[in-house]
Amino acid sequence: MNINLTLIGQSIAFAIFVWFCVKYVWPPITAAMAERQKKIADGLSAADRASLDLELAQQKASKELQKAKEESAALIDQANKRAAQIVEASKDDARKEGEKLLEQARAEIQQERVQARDALRAEVATLAVAGAEKILETSVDAKAHSEMLEKLAAEL
Amino acid sequence: MAADTPVEYIKHHLTNLTYGKLPGGYERADGSVVEEATWTFARTGQEAADMGFMAFHVDTLGWSIAMGVLFLGLFRFVANKATTGTPGGLQNAVEMTFEFVQGIVRDVFHGKNPLVAPLALTIFVWILLMNTLKLIPVDYIPSIAHALGLEYFKIVPTTDPNGTFGISIGVFLLILFYSFKIKGVGGFAKELSFNPFNHWSLVPFNLVLEILALIIKPISLALRLFGNMYAGEVVFILIALLPLWIQWTLNVPWAIFHILVVTLQAFIFTTLTVVYLSAAHEDH
Repeated sequence: MNINLTLIGQSIAFAIFVWFCVKYVWPPITAAMAERQKKIADGLSAADRASLDLELAQQKASKELQKAKEESAALIDQANKRAAQIVEASKDDARKEGEKLLEQARAEIQQERVQARDALRAEVATLAVAGAEKILETSVDAKAHSEMLEKLAAEL
Repeated sequence: MAADTPVEYIKHHLTNLTYGKLPGGYERADGSVVEEATWTFARTGQEAADMGFMAFHVDTLGWSIAMGVLFLGLFRFVANKATTGTPGGLQNAVEMTFEFVQGIVRDVFHGKNPLVAPLALTIFVWILLMNTLKLIPVDYIPSIAHALGLEYFKIVPTTDPNGTFGISIGVFLLILFYSFKIKGVGGFAKELSFNPFNHWSLVPFNLVLEILALIIKPISLALRLFGNMYAGEVVFILIALLPLWIQWTLNVPWAIFHILVVTLQAFIFTTLTVVYLSAAHEDH
């Protein structure tokens, strides 16, 4: 246990170690630690923000969903109404069409009846003349009696 | 090994490998006389003592420097690879040490000085490593050294007062430096003169008291560490003198206990250093 130059040697070594530590060991490690600390803090705050965002998004989504539901309900309602309208309109159209057809048919029938009557009239004259000829067994001057026969036919 | 009796064994284990200057005309242990003053390895404890101040404890210096280099090399290695992402095991361990030391400095040191935290880290890890050498069985390394022809070999630098005083004197110089720097010569002188009794008539008394208190700081730092380590070492050596089959019953508990002492002493030295420097930074 002698005190000797070791003391000074040890002091010098100590000084050099401290210098080295101050210069080359302490700064990079503390910098890395501080940076990681910052990263973690950032990450945590980002996570907080994300969960907040998520909540907001969920709220928004449910709102949107609600809106969409309402809209679709309105749409369905409208469509139903429209369909009823269309059905009603088409029923109306069909009825009108039917009436129109009926009308047409009636007109045609009427026309045909008139035509038939006219034809019948024409025939009646001839038939009557032929009948009269048979009865009288004489020829009848068709020209002389046609006027009278036409009068007769017109009375039909 | 020159260890025939228990006393010799103990003495042998407590003697450093000393390289020093023997005065001219000195009669060495083997009877030969040194004609001129020469630098040589001491062959006995007596020779080492007679070398006086002009001697080096090669083992103390070697092991303490080795531990310092180990500490700085390891930490520098980690510092180079330090990632800000997920740290590996080694980086984690180093960062835990950093945070431990930063915690001490944050709690105790109130000034602003970028030197203090790295200083505390150096002191803590270096002393811890030097102390830890004590857990190596007392005969291992001295036996190897003996086989290599070195008569004395003491591996724990903190069981050498030179080792502990070397550090505490460094701390003391820093205390003086910062006291003068922060408080100014006048302020520091005033602090020494008017504490603890703030009256001009008690200035001489205060001065004696405060200067003593100042000088006691490095001495107490060094002696506390040295005393604890030396005493532990002596006990280890005593246990090593017991019969082989019973040694473990004492050796193991003592070593386990010393895991605590080793860490605690490093912690105390570091904390007190920071406390003293904090006091040096307080400007009244």
